[in-house]
Amino acid sequence: MQNNKKSAGAFFSGLVKQQIFIPLAALLILALFNLIMDPSFFKITLGYNSVGDPVLNGYLVTILDYGSELAILAIGMTLVTAASGGQDISVGATIAIAGSVILRMLCGGQTTTDHYCVPLIVAFLVAVVASMAFGAFNGVLVAYFRIQPMIATLILFTAGRSIAAWINNNELPIVNVNSFGYFGGYIPGVPIPTPFFIAVLCVVVIALVMKFTNLKLYTQAVGINESSSRLNGLNPEFIKLISFVILGICVAVVGLIKVSRLSTINYSVIAKDIEMDAILAVALGGNALGGGKFNIWASILGAYVIQFLTTTLYKFEVQSDALPAYKAVVVIVLVVLSAPVVREKLAGLGKKMKSKEVA
Amino acid sequence: MKKKVVASLLTVAMAATMIVGCGSQADTADAPADDAAATDDAAADDAAADDAAADDAATDDAAADDAAASGDLITVGIINNDPNESGYRTANDKDLKDFFTEENGYQASFAYSLKNDEQIAAAQKFITDGVDYLLLSAADTAGWDSVLQDAQDAGTRVILFDRTIDAPEDLYEASIVSDMDKEGQTAVDWLASQNLDEYNIIHIQGVMGSAAQKGRSGALDEKVAAESNWNIVTQQTAEWNAEKAQQIVQSVIDSGKSFNVIYAENDDMAKGAVAALDKANISHGVDGDVIIMGFDCNKWALQELLDGNWNYDGQCNPFQAAYIDGIIKTIESGSEVSEKVVIMDEKGFDASTITQEDVDTYGI
Repeated sequence: MQNNKKSAGAFFSGLVKQQIFIPLAALLILALFNLIMDPSFFKITLGYNSVGDPVLNGYLVTILDYGSELAILAIGMTLVTAASGGQDISVGATIAIAGSVILRMLCGGQTTTDHYCVPLIVAFLVAVVASMAFGAFNGVLVAYFRIQPMIATLILFTAGRSIAAWINNNELPIVNVNSFGYFGGYIPGVPIPTPFFIAVLCVVVIALVMKFTNLKLYTQAVGINESSSRLNGLNPEFIKLISFVILGICVAVVGLIKVSRLSTINYSVIAKDIEMDAILAVALGGNALGGGKFNIWASILGAYVIQFLTTTLYKFEVQSDALPAYKAVVVIVLVVLSAPVVREKLAGLGKKMKSKEVA
Repeated sequence: MKKKVVASLLTVAMAATMIVGCGSQADTADAPADDAAATDDAAADDAAADDAAADDAATDDAAADDAAASGDLITVGIINNDPNESGYRTANDKDLKDFFTEENGYQASFAYSLKNDEQIAAAQKFITDGVDYLLLSAADTAGWDSVLQDAQDAGTRVILFDRTIDAPEDLYEASIVSDMDKEGQTAVDWLASQNLDEYNIIHIQGVMGSAAQKGRSGALDEKVAAESNWNIVTQQTAEWNAEKAQQIVQSVIDSGKSFNVIYAENDDMAKGAVAALDKANISHGVDGDVIIMGFDCNKWALQELLDGNWNYDGQCNPFQAAYIDGIIKTIESGSEVSEKVVIMDEKGFDASTITQEDVDTYGI
C-alpha cells in the first residue's frame, strides 16, 4: 500500500517533468469539462453525406478534421521554433499563395473549370515548390541576414495575400470536380475525414526523417547554442534554412486541404490567424519558444488540443469574435506553467509527496 | 558596427518588400494607375488651361456637352479602396475603369488605399493637379473636412460613392450609396413571404460593426423580436469567412439542434454553411429542408441559385459609374443636383424566378 503511494508520488513528479505533460493535462481538463457539462459532446454517429457516402459525424470528428491541418503546420513550426528561436508568422499568407497556385494550375487561368487542366499531382507539386521557395526566402532572411524570425516573416505576412491574389489575376477560381473535394472532405467509402489521413502521413514521414537522419539532433544543437554547434562542424545557417523549407512543405499540404474544402479560395480570409494557432500548438506542446530542445509529438497533440478548445467554445456558442480572448487566457496559463520557476515548484510538490510517504 | 549592418540590411529588406508588395498590387490594380501617375505632371501643366476651359464651359452652359464630345476631356480623380479587398470592390473598380474612359469624355486617374491618411494624401494630390471632379470612396468616415474644404476652394467638385463620410453636406455635390438597411429588409420580407410554419434560423454575421453587417442583421433582429414563430438557433459572426461559417454550422449540426433557414450576410459564408450541410446530408435550396440566403450576388452564387442549391441572394450594387456620370452631366449642364443622397436600386433574387440573363447581368 505504502509502496503504491510512494510510486504514485514519484510518478507524478516524473510526469510533471515530461514535456508531453502539459498538452495531456490540457486535453484531460477539456475532456472532463465537456463530460460534466454535456456528455453528448462525445457522441459519434455514422451517417451519409449528400452524395450517399458514409461519414462519421460528431464534435470529436470535427476536432479530428480541423485539428489535422494544425497538426501538419505544428510539425514545421516546431522545427522552425527549435532551430531559429523564433516563429514564422507568415504561414497563413503562404497557405493563401499555395492554394492560389494549386487553383491557378488546375483551372489553367480560367475562372471555373469542370476538369483538371493539369494532373492534380502536378498542381500540388508546383505549389510545394512555390511554398518551399517562399519558405527559403524567409529562411535566408533569418539564417544569413540574421533578421529576427518574426520581423523577417512579417514581410510575407503583409505581402503574401496580395501575391496570392496576383497569381490568379484577382479572380476567385472555382474547381467543379468532385474528386478535388476529397482532400478536405471524405474519400468515398471512408467515413473518417481525409485531413486526418494526410496528417498521419505527414507524421510518419517526419518520424522516419527524424529516425534516419540527424535532423533532430542538429536542429536542437543549433537551437541550444549556435556557436558551439558551429565549432562542432555543423552549419547553423543551413539547418535554419532547412527548417523553414520543411515548414514550406507543410504549408503547401495545408493549402491543398484548405482549397479542397470549398473548391475555391478567398485571398483575404483563407487560413486567417492560423499562424497564431500553430504557434500556440508549439507552446502548448511545452516546447521552449526560445529554441533548443523540442518534442514534435507534444506539438502535434497540442494542435489537436487547440482545436478541441475551439470546438468546445463553438459548442457553447461563445461569440466567435471572442474566441481569441479565450485562447489568450490559455496562452497566459501556459506561459506561466512552462516558466522554469513554476515547473520546479510543481516537481518539488511531487517530491514532497514522495518524501512524506517515505517518512 | 555589426548591429548597424544588420539594421541597414533590415531596412533594405523592408523597403524591398514594400516595393514587392506595392508592385504586385499595382500589377493587379492595373496599368492605368501607373499611366496616370506618369501623365500627372503633364496634367498639372494642363490643369490651368483645363480650369479656364471649365470656367468657359460653365459660362456657356450648352457648350459643355459638345465640348466633352469634341475631345475636351473632363478630368476625374478617383480614390477607391484596394480592389483586392473583395469581389464587390473588384467589380466596383472594374465598372469605374470601364466607364471613365476617353471615349466617354473622361480622363481618369486612380488611387487605391485602405488607409484613410493615404487616401487623404491622394486627394490632396488630385486637388493640386487640378482635377475637375474628385470621386471618393472613403476608407474611414472621419477626417475629411479640411481636405474637402481645400477642394471647394480650388474649385474641385467632390462626389462620394459607396461610402458616406462625417462632413458638412455642402462640401460635396452628392453621395451615391447602398442602403444596407433596405437590403436587409428586402431579404427579410422575402423570407417572410415563404410562409413557413416556423423559422429556425442560423444567422451568420459579417465583421461586427461594419455597415453591411449592421444593416443586414438589423432587419432580421427586428423581425425575430416581433414574431413568435421566428427563432434564432444560433447567431455568430464568421467575419465574412467561409471556413468560419462552415465550422459554426458544423457545430450546430453536431449539437443536433434543428433549423430550416441559413441567413448568411455574404455569399462566401453561405457557401461555407452549405459545405457543412452537404457533409451531413441535409438537403437545401429549392424543395430542400433548409433555405439558404446569401448577399452580394457573386456570379457563382447566382449560378447556385439558378441550379436550385440556394434560395435567395441579395444584391449590393457595385455598379455606380452610371450614377456618377449622371450627376456629373447634370452639373456640367449647369443645373442643380436635386438630391444629395442617391440610393441605388438593389434587387433580391429568388431561385424560382432567376434567369441566366440575371446571372450574366448582375453577377459580379
